[in-house]
Amino acid sequence: MPGTTDTFLESNLDSVDKAEALCVDEAKLLGLDEDACMDLGLAVREAMVNAVAHGNQYDASKQVRLVLDARPDSLRITIVDQGQGFDLNRVPDPTQGDNLMRGSGRGLLLIQTFVDEFTVKKSAAGGAEVTLVKYSISD
Amino acid sequence: MSATITTRQVGDVTVVDAAGKITLGEGAAMLRDEVKNLFSAGNRKILINLGEVNYIDSSGIGELVSSFTTVTGQGGQLKLLNLTKRVHDLLQITKLYTVFEVHDDEAKAVRSFS
Repeated sequence: MPGTTDTFLESNLDSVDKAEALCVDEAKLLGLDEDACMDLGLAVREAMVNAVAHGNQYDASKQVRLVLDARPDSLRITIVDQGQGFDLNRVPDPTQGDNLMRGSGRGLLLIQTFVDEFTVKKSAAGGAEVTLVKYSISD
Repeated sequence: MSATITTRQVGDVTVVDAAGKITLGEGAAMLRDEVKNLFSAGNRKILINLGEVNYIDSSGIGELVSSFTTVTGQGGQLKLLNLTKRVHDLLQITKLYTVFEVHDDEAKAVRSFS
């Protein structure tokens, strides 16, 4: 249902599962079908892994902020870590050249594939702030 | 559903049956370790059956790639069997579908190993 929830999560993989479940539950309330919910869940999972593993580097003293903004036509999910932030334009394309056979580096590609809007910026504190938007009616 | 990884021998091909979630912290590391151990034990023909994998993330895909490069880089063969639509779509998105030899019939897959 419409509204905003603000949650602070620990920097561990349990938080990844928790965030995914929260977002999928909200997406179901928004009326997204099963495939769309799974797509969104995977995108959230990848963004949370980035925050927990790359941003906060599993540091128990750091948290990940998860903001769910449920609107009548969309679900906006913002994930903020306490790391150093990153420049989306400087992330290697995992489908090109030697990157194709790397064992990692595909998370952002999956996020961009499975949500309708994806933005990255530095938070006020300097960490990464990523926002994922999924509309209830996609083109 | 948590991940399970089991192996069985079909002729000289080792079939790895993966099921459940292949994600960071769950099945991804299990899959990597299983393939690594099989290869270390001398198994050179490995067929990974993904027919019961209902969820995979980028870490799971990454472990498939790492296993593939480890095995093929040392003279072995690693092929995939029974991709679910989900896994198929993710391999297409990541442009890895053509990297792997993919089968949907186990008997034919086993025979395809040289």
